[in-house]
Amino acid sequence: MSRLIMPKPDEKTLSRRDEIVADMRSIVPGEGVVDTANGMRVFESDALTAHRQMPLVVVLPQTVAQVSRVLKYCNDRNIRVVPRGSGTSLSGGALPLEDAVLLVMSRFNRILDIDYANRVVIAQPGVTNLGITTAVEQEGFYYAPDPSSQIACSIGGNVAENSGGVHCLKYGLTANNVLGIEMVLMDGEVVRLGGKHLDAEGYDLLGLMTGSEGLLGVVTEVTVRILRKPETARALLIGFPTSEQGGQCVAEIIAAGIIPGGMEMMDSPAIHAAEDFLHVGYPLDCEALLIVELDGPQMEVDHLIGAVESIAQRNGSTVCRISTSEQERLAFWAGRKAAFPAVGRISPDYLCMDGTIPRKELPRVLAGMRDLSRKYGLRVANVFHAGDGNLHPLILYDANIEDELERAEDFGADILRLCVQVGGVLTGEHGVGIEKRDLMPEMFNEVDLDQQMRVKCAFDPNHLLNPGKVFPQLRRCAELGRMHVHAGKLAFPDIPRF
Amino acid sequence: MTTFTPTTPDEVLSAVQWALSEELPLEVVGQGSKRGIGRPQQVEHTLDLSRLTGVTLYEPEELVLSARAGTPIAEIEALLAEKGQELAFEPLDYGPLLGIEPKRGTLGGALAANLAGPRRIKAGSARDHILGIHAVSGRGEAYKSGGRVVKNVTGYDLSKGLAGSWGTLAVATDVTFKVLPAAETEATLAVRDLQDDQMAAALAVAMGSSCEVSGAAHLPEGVAENVSGGILGSRAATLLRVEGFGPSVAYRIDKLKDLLKGAPQVDEIEVGTSREIWRDIRDCRPFADGTQKPVWRVSVAPSEGWKLALALRMEAPASAYFDWQGGLVWLRMESDDPEAALVRRLVVKCGGGHATLIRAGQAWRNAVAVFQPQPTALAALSQRLKNEFDPKGILNPGRMGASAA
Repeated sequence: MSRLIMPKPDEKTLSRRDEIVADMRSIVPGEGVVDTANGMRVFESDALTAHRQMPLVVVLPQTVAQVSRVLKYCNDRNIRVVPRGSGTSLSGGALPLEDAVLLVMSRFNRILDIDYANRVVIAQPGVTNLGITTAVEQEGFYYAPDPSSQIACSIGGNVAENSGGVHCLKYGLTANNVLGIEMVLMDGEVVRLGGKHLDAEGYDLLGLMTGSEGLLGVVTEVTVRILRKPETARALLIGFPTSEQGGQCVAEIIAAGIIPGGMEMMDSPAIHAAEDFLHVGYPLDCEALLIVELDGPQMEVDHLIGAVESIAQRNGSTVCRISTSEQERLAFWAGRKAAFPAVGRISPDYLCMDGTIPRKELPRVLAGMRDLSRKYGLRVANVFHAGDGNLHPLILYDANIEDELERAEDFGADILRLCVQVGGVLTGEHGVGIEKRDLMPEMFNEVDLDQQMRVKCAFDPNHLLNPGKVFPQLRRCAELGRMHVHAGKLAFPDIPRF
Repeated sequence: MTTFTPTTPDEVLSAVQWALSEELPLEVVGQGSKRGIGRPQQVEHTLDLSRLTGVTLYEPEELVLSARAGTPIAEIEALLAEKGQELAFEPLDYGPLLGIEPKRGTLGGALAANLAGPRRIKAGSARDHILGIHAVSGRGEAYKSGGRVVKNVTGYDLSKGLAGSWGTLAVATDVTFKVLPAAETEATLAVRDLQDDQMAAALAVAMGSSCEVSGAAHLPEGVAENVSGGILGSRAATLLRVEGFGPSVAYRIDKLKDLLKGAPQVDEIEVGTSREIWRDIRDCRPFADGTQKPVWRVSVAPSEGWKLALALRMEAPASAYFDWQGGLVWLRMESDDPEAALVRRLVVKCGGGHATLIRAGQAWRNAVAVFQPQPTALAALSQRLKNEFDPKGILNPGRMGASAA
């Protein structure tokens, strides 16, 4: 493990482990408590496998009442809790702590209600993202956000991470597709936000909860909007000699009023890795390969395909193929969808980064990455959600070579700094977790971070839920609560007033 | 009695710090278009943001716009229109309903009230389009959250946190919104004379189709005549809007007609009239009658709206019409009493949601909860959030309820 510093384990909690395990067993009887090293091993990391830690104990509750009792028990005794869905986080959001109960929500795996008239599904948080679509697809519906881990990731985890996917530009992130949740606060209180109606009342606590990375509450039920599957989808596969031309093509598509269902770009190393892996027929002489997918009514898609094709040609595309069958469309996507394993094939290890930039900065950021690649002596391949500016640089390294992980992490940090410099952000969809935690000050000053922590204080004043994640340093809520009032004087005495 | 009229974010900060040090609350207003909504405030001093204006960034190809919070929506919409773009959440204009001239309101106000329009069913509300903010909290601290890119999960989404907060947590000074291409054209189908249950079924069929319906409303008999200069006549009209590129709109309208072929009469309404009708539905024009008769904005599951209105009318005289596939119920009570307990009992009976008393005489807004009262644990959580951001209760105290928030 590299230089990550996690909160110091609480000795008192560690020393009372047997008692805590026994108490957990009384709350969650049967197989719901795992305390053996062998049993807990599978939970020691999430998908950010470079970091591992055995938890104090693993608890798999089955009812909301159990979740509530576990949290209240821990809150009363100052015991930390780390919630976990399917453990697919790429940022270490579900990394266990030595002194924390790992609360695994995977047994909440039922769909509770499918309501086609209102186009909503109510699911328990452990249902997989794809499981929702599977439940409604025979009626022609689907759930729009589609993170690449959708076969495994849970809908509760999607809420915690505000997960995206390739269709975000047109269909939104998790936050735009969740109508309601039930959650349990650290003190055991059960709260419902929103529901089948379209907007929740009062403060937008649902907006705060979505993307809160398991620090504010434990989601026990999710109400999502489902959509009718588009009538048709077709894709264009477009190659450009330079990334500038590819970027300009993307800008012009949007300026023409076209919002594609998906718009993905790959750079030359990613194109080569994918082609070597799958032989899908990607052109190898391009610096940028663009996949533009248009979905919707047949008539509209046909109309827009022509428009995109002429924009591509105007921007100097050297290749422009248009799918004429569903099979061909899927073939265009196959290389992109397999980009991560394809890169995994050419390198023993890789780090997947996740910055977002204003689209127009793409050439500058790619050039910067090439320089950094030379500086660190590590290769990088790029896949890019071109429509919404979300970059996924894959940094190739070999963990068996001393210092390569550290160099890869430093390289990644520099890429994210670059993203922030050009007006972007540290993470588009993977979350801060532990991975980007210490980079937060690149984007936020102390006052900004204090406001975020004040939200935390409203939900979990003792910092017991998922501590050590998101915030580079924890400040006590009592300290944050102090007021610093400068008495009586107005810094701008001449503000117009009357 | 002081009215601060800051022109820069620093001046906003200074005014809030002054109010904090004096422990004197501020009423935070933009152009005042929604000032009549909420519990009446007993606040001596005013923070008027109507001169904190100006677009600071607009990049059409990046689909992003930033502006000072007091920038008029009308100005923003005109600027976007030049590039064929819009605020896709279709912010409603409360002016006409509240007896104020139309087309007032600021971008910051759109966020604070989490405005939306008929397109809510497809595009969401202001909270779905806000990307970033700069704000001053009730602690007198200037902070930022979010950014200028669509995909961003860096830290808690404090920008969304201000949506629907009615100026009670922090004063936004700068807001950044996602903007989207405006549709090239639109058309509307009006299905006539449907009974309530038939209309609910028709709306559900249309919304469940692949026609990408962007407006789904029902104007009952007697309400229909009050939109777009009476062009619909008085008969009940169930309305479905389709927007997009010309050939696509024509194609989807035909598809919808096919889906609705069992209906007694289906009329097609062309783009100009369609726009007027949906503007009037959005702005609650049918009840913009110059009176103070109570008007409720009720949000329930789409399938339940008509049942709520039916049950209500068994007990109190009221008019209603429906947007958002039936889930947004606009209710006008025919007597001065808003019948708050009755309305909220029916919201619960219909599976939950909320009811906001948008228009009522001042005495009534003092006497009953304007915003939906929350269950104890949720109310406590909201109050803790308020206390964290505005511990001295200096920002719009009492506006959202009798307690500090």
